[in-house]
Amino acid sequence: MAVDSALLKDVPYLSELTAQAQEAVKPLFFERSLRRSELAFMEGEPADALYVLMNGVVKVFKTSSNGKEQIISISTPHEVLNDTSIFGGGPNPVSAQAMSPVVLYGIKKDKLEELLRQHPQMSLSIIKLLSERSLKLLSLIEDLSFKHVIGRVGKILLEHTADGGAKQRLTQQEMAAIAGTAREVVARSLKTLEERGVVKIDRHRILITDKSALEEIIMEST
Amino acid sequence: MVEMPVIDQSKCNQCGLCITVCKCGAIVLQHDVVTIVETEDCHWCTTCEAVCPTGALTCGFEIVIED
Ligand code: SF4
Ligand code: SF4
Repeated sequence: MAVDSALLKDVPYLSELTAQAQEAVKPLFFERSLRRSELAFMEGEPADALYVLMNGVVKVFKTSSNGKEQIISISTPHEVLNDTSIFGGGPNPVSAQAMSPVVLYGIKKDKLEELLRQHPQMSLSIIKLLSERSLKLLSLIEDLSFKHVIGRVGKILLEHTADGGAKQRLTQQEMAAIAGTAREVVARSLKTLEERGVVKIDRHRILITDKSALEEIIMEST
Repeated sequence: MVEMPVIDQSKCNQCGLCITVCKCGAIVLQHDVVTIVETEDCHWCTTCEAVCPTGALTCGFEIVIED
């Protein structure tokens, strides 16, 4: 399906182009719709087109050899989904799956190269976006590989238990802000604590089932 | 009463992302207001909070020590 000129200006790479230039590059783009749960692309497969999320929500994730899913990010409109593989070559390093009905704008790899030759000023926006992403991934990697985050999350849990009447609530976003990490890392830490049998997550309640084991984890990580 | 995620209407810009990701139909548009409907089907996946661009929607956890 053809793309909508009015929406094309929201494609991050094109923000630097004039309205006229945006109109001129329009035929290079195509629209792709996905149903909930449908994959936009799959890890390990060759990347043939660059996709920008225009509408809906997409989960970007990696699958480990034992089938475990690691969410890298949850993308919301106007995010580019697969620039790394398009510019870096090689297969998709991640999979992307629609979490709602989704509309993507895509551009084939060769067309993108043509576009960049015509409008070299676009490269600056691309470099900026790529560096932002690598910074974010770097901090994610640091946190995922250091066990101290689990200790920090454990400490936050102990410090925020509901005592008596005060019905204190803490979101994963808030835990992430306190721990100085990303929300994804908090989600994963909570899961790990649950797998170790230290806490039990019962819907909106986090039950600390083994307080001394949790204290031990906190001790070990500092 | 079923505990449900909470929307701060003063922050909600009605983008509708939370409605599209919720698998249990707990979030609906009612008279132009994004509203949470009580349902046992909500399993506190917190996806709605994760996608909310304005921080209006929160899935708070109560932390309890089991005796
Ligand atoms: S926590 Fe999950 S199931 Fe509950 S309202 Fe949010 S998206 Fe829907
Ligand atoms: S995602 Fe947030 S801002 Fe958008 S409609 Fe839902 S509560 Fe409102």
